[in-house]
Amino acid sequence: MYSEKVMDHFTNPRNVGELPDADGVGEVGNARCGDIMKLWIKVEDGRISDVKFKTFGCGAAIATSSIVTELAKGKTLDEAEQISNRAVAEALDGLPPIKMHCSNLAADALREAIADYRKKHNME
Amino acid sequence: MTEIYMDHAATTPVRPEVLEAMMPYFSVEFGNASSIYSWGRRAHHGLDQARDTIAGLIGARPEEIVFTASGSEAANMALKGAAWGLRSKGNHIITTAVEHHAVLDSALWLEKNGFEVTFLPVDSEGRVSPEQVRDAIRPDTILVSVMHANNEVGTIQPIAEIGSVVKESGALFHTDAVQTMGVLDIDLSRLDIDLLSFSAHKFYGPKGVGALFVRKGVRLDPLVHGGAQERRRRAGTENVAGIVGMAKALELAVAEREVEVPRITKLRDQLIRGLREIPHTRVNGSLSERLPNNVSVCFEFIEGESLLLNLDMRGIAASSGSACTSGSLEPSHVLLAMGLSHEIAHGSLRLTLGRENTENDIEYVLNELPDIVHRLREMSPLYDK
Repeated sequence: MYSEKVMDHFTNPRNVGELPDADGVGEVGNARCGDIMKLWIKVEDGRISDVKFKTFGCGAAIATSSIVTELAKGKTLDEAEQISNRAVAEALDGLPPIKMHCSNLAADALREAIADYRKKHNME
Repeated sequence: MTEIYMDHAATTPVRPEVLEAMMPYFSVEFGNASSIYSWGRRAHHGLDQARDTIAGLIGARPEEIVFTASGSEAANMALKGAAWGLRSKGNHIITTAVEHHAVLDSALWLEKNGFEVTFLPVDSEGRVSPEQVRDAIRPDTILVSVMHANNEVGTIQPIAEIGSVVKESGALFHTDAVQTMGVLDIDLSRLDIDLLSFSAHKFYGPKGVGALFVRKGVRLDPLVHGGAQERRRRAGTENVAGIVGMAKALELAVAEREVEVPRITKLRDQLIRGLREIPHTRVNGSLSERLPNNVSVCFEFIEGESLLLNLDMRGIAASSGSACTSGSLEPSHVLLAMGLSHEIAHGSLRLTLGRENTENDIEYVLNELPDIVHRLREMSPLYDK
């Protein structure tokens, strides 16, 4: 049911962990529905220099979290903000239809983290 | 790679002896059991023998066995057939919150069609008491449906006592015995049960065959119309090969029960003991009144589908009650009814043992699981070491 790419990111998730000195933190989802993603970003010169995640959820939730960290790294905040949930799913060669809504929240978590960074730095 | 199947509550492999008994009825004895010529008579003979065998093994009369195409169909027939058949007598049905969806959704459908349904809550182990049933029975109660044992957490219900309570009231009692047929002793000559549904593929028979025991004198409206088969209670050309397979499978299961049940109970307890050593793990269901092959646990801070994918990568087939694996947005209704939080219910794992499982399999699972749980917890934002 999952693409090879999803299974790759699920099996070997990139950038798992926390950034203790993060510049922005985003968290989406809730335990009730079974998916929680938390994402930390480090920003240098307006670019995302480091990003880490922790996720409670299904295979799709973990894989989307992993790939969004790869997509975001090195991008400017404006660029990273443009990453959509759809783009995340496409980067994984697609997700099963049932997972498109419930477990495809990684881009939302990234946007939350960017918003958190901007709030902290009065850039809203 | 090691491959270990531990999802016997989902389905079981057809035993070679069963397949052998079925084979002639696909080709040589292919006749329609309703035909009057020799092919038909031979098929009918196979059908009769199978019916006699099954009836004999559960303390029923042959004419009390109605073959269906699945356990779900049998349960649907029990609920809908009894409800429509008894509509003039009353409008109230009682069941429990932890039934299989075949019963639960049939009850909900009846509710939508004008019947009143009481869904009894269960205790933290998933049990419903005879007193609860007694208190819920009303003068207009026509049917009570309580499963023999739960498919997710393995809890066995006190169906003998519940049956007596229901009998006093004059209502009908249905029990879903899909998980217990061939495993626990079921003697319908001594139990106050009017309707009992079961399915062949749960006890090493073929898929596509179920049956409903309908006690003599109980009138049911049929679900499937269009023929005189099964004494006009279920139309459709009989699946003779499948039915013959079901009889053979049940015969073997009952014959070997005395040896197999203690063997598998020991493996189950070994597995439960081992899993309990993983921190933040809870065992679901009753430890005493439990199916001999069922292990159901919840690992806190992780989600079931991730767990299953990881187990699959290590060759272990199991199941979970998480939302993703239950095919809905909600985790298992059984675990929620037992009072578990959504968060914990998402982290459930069910391992159900079977004939092929050995002590080595238990050791393998106990060797692999802690590492998987640890790995997933390490990436969980809920886990705070």
